[in-house]
Amino acid sequence: MTFNELKKNLKKNFTGFEPLKLALLGDSATQFLAQAIRGAGYNQRLDINVYDADFNQVDRQILDLSSELHGFQPDIILIFEAGHKLLQKFNKAEAGIRADFAENQISHIHHLVDALQNNLKTKVIYFNYAEEDDRVFGNFANKVPSSFIFQQRKLNYLLTEYATTNTCFNICDMSAMQSKMGRALLFSPAIYTTSEMVLSIDALPMVAESVVQMIAAFQGKFKKCIILDLDNLLWGGVIGDDGLDNIQIGGLGVGKAFTEFQYWVKKLQQRGIIICICSKNTDSVAKEPFEKHPDMVLRLKDIAVFLANWKNKADNINRIQQILNIGFDSMVFLDDNPFERNMVIQNIPDITVPELPEDPAEYLEYLYTLNLFETASYSSEDANRTEKYQKESERVVAQASFANENDFLKSLDMLSDVQPFNSFSIPRVAQLSQRSNQFNLRTIRYNEEDIKRITASERYITFSFTLEDKYGDNGLICVIILEKKQPKTLFIDTWLMSCRVLKRGMENFVLNTIVDYARDKGYQNIVGEYLPTAKNALAKDLYANLGFTQDGAHWRLEIADYQPKECFINIKKL
Amino acid sequence: MKRAEIISQLNEIFEDIIDEGPISLSDTNTANDVDGWDSLTNVQLIVAIEKIMNIRFTSEEIQSWKNVGEMVDCILTK
Repeated sequence: MTFNELKKNLKKNFTGFEPLKLALLGDSATQFLAQAIRGAGYNQRLDINVYDADFNQVDRQILDLSSELHGFQPDIILIFEAGHKLLQKFNKAEAGIRADFAENQISHIHHLVDALQNNLKTKVIYFNYAEEDDRVFGNFANKVPSSFIFQQRKLNYLLTEYATTNTCFNICDMSAMQSKMGRALLFSPAIYTTSEMVLSIDALPMVAESVVQMIAAFQGKFKKCIILDLDNLLWGGVIGDDGLDNIQIGGLGVGKAFTEFQYWVKKLQQRGIIICICSKNTDSVAKEPFEKHPDMVLRLKDIAVFLANWKNKADNINRIQQILNIGFDSMVFLDDNPFERNMVIQNIPDITVPELPEDPAEYLEYLYTLNLFETASYSSEDANRTEKYQKESERVVAQASFANENDFLKSLDMLSDVQPFNSFSIPRVAQLSQRSNQFNLRTIRYNEEDIKRITASERYITFSFTLEDKYGDNGLICVIILEKKQPKTLFIDTWLMSCRVLKRGMENFVLNTIVDYARDKGYQNIVGEYLPTAKNALAKDLYANLGFTQDGAHWRLEIADYQPKECFINIKKL
Repeated sequence: MKRAEIISQLNEIFEDIIDEGPISLSDTNTANDVDGWDSLTNVQLIVAIEKIMNIRFTSEEIQSWKNVGEMVDCILTK
């Protein structure tokens, strides 16, 4: 998309899009960037209201509590201090203190971000610095701590380091964008000199889209699964025709391209992206390379759902969706065959289907440009996700063999560990709060700092639930936050569950647990609320089904009348 | 390229970028005469003209134009 196209989006109708407020602070003229971000938001169904501060007001807007910024109460603050302006600051610094330049800058940034976090509940996105080598020392600058490029790279590193320790502080990688686009495209000296704009018009779409991808991920919109074809995607040639010895992978033919592609997929799998196979093939033939070919990087244990058959791909992807229970909009489908791609796009509009280049050598470079897998969190639990979905696949098969639902549930030997939030569970709780869309009654997003605050507060009672069964451990899958609203009433501020444990009676077990607690502490009723979103229709009737009665916008349960619900989950004894 | 051709090409570019309906440029027009032509859209216009006509302006040239006619004069020198 060009900037002019993004700008034309501003005139379109944003009704029904997710609204949020973004404040943009910069040390250069940022009006175009503000327009580009709102325009790029349109393409992601986000209604981003941008407050664009006058330029060169970064410090004043942040430190003055009566500023427009504080009045605006943004959800996200985007700070754009340009690399070119950094060079001007460096130029003005006394030669004697230039070796400390990066350290001084980062402490100023800490100071600003602390001030923000003390006064506003907001995430911060900070652009790191596009490299601008003044060539004062030439290549020797790498040996000179008081050179600009030395200090600028050091500052980028210090920013990254800071981002690892502060969950609200995020980096938008301008430096990487410049590497991709080239400096000549990013920065236009004549425009800068006449207008104070440091980003060229042609660079704006990529920069704005990158910001919007981060925001979408903050809002829970990100990819969770990649579905792959086999022939001419994971290896060169056709396994059914060419046979195990002749497919191109590793040293054979253009096998190198496929090997490198598989390493990329493997890294995604290790990051927690679910890998599925959807191929028109005979199952045993399709699996043979995964089991026997020495150069395959991906093995069957890396694949959550493996569907190789002769049905059409849209049907198979529907089947994968039923097993994984995630939205089509969180799936990516890769296939080298344009016919299959079109078939899938036409039948499943929400799925992302990249138009892969014809030459397999180009696959990776093309996929990098799409930045499909932006995320807002990462935890070590993510890496175990494949195994969980493989187990789910087995459960789906097992369930089919039981005529009676309860017999099936009993056969699972389910156990749940119920705990208040603690330092081990807080990151996972925050992650679920950010990610859960479907079984989420109020969809109030909390980050790690919020969850810590809630855990420490007297006002709230918290429960986390795990679920394990004979097929494996699902880990922490349900989060409850109760608020002591009135002396005799507990309000369910948060009830969210991972969709992989639906239809196991978990909601009954959770309500039994809440009621036991409430009765024990002398509460008389429990009040819940359902706030509809585009994605949580699944939970709409939860309170009605559990026996709550409607009370205006709320749902109420009298504890005295409550009969424990039947369920087949037992408390895990440690 | 002739003057008239340049003006007609500029007209198209202005209409696309400013996006507020038909525009009819003449040599004596200034930013005041064209709705939506402000310092901000001016940057977009310059970049679009450079790209479409495959020319480059210097920063001094960009700052010197007082009306459309002077812009055209400058383009004619390229």
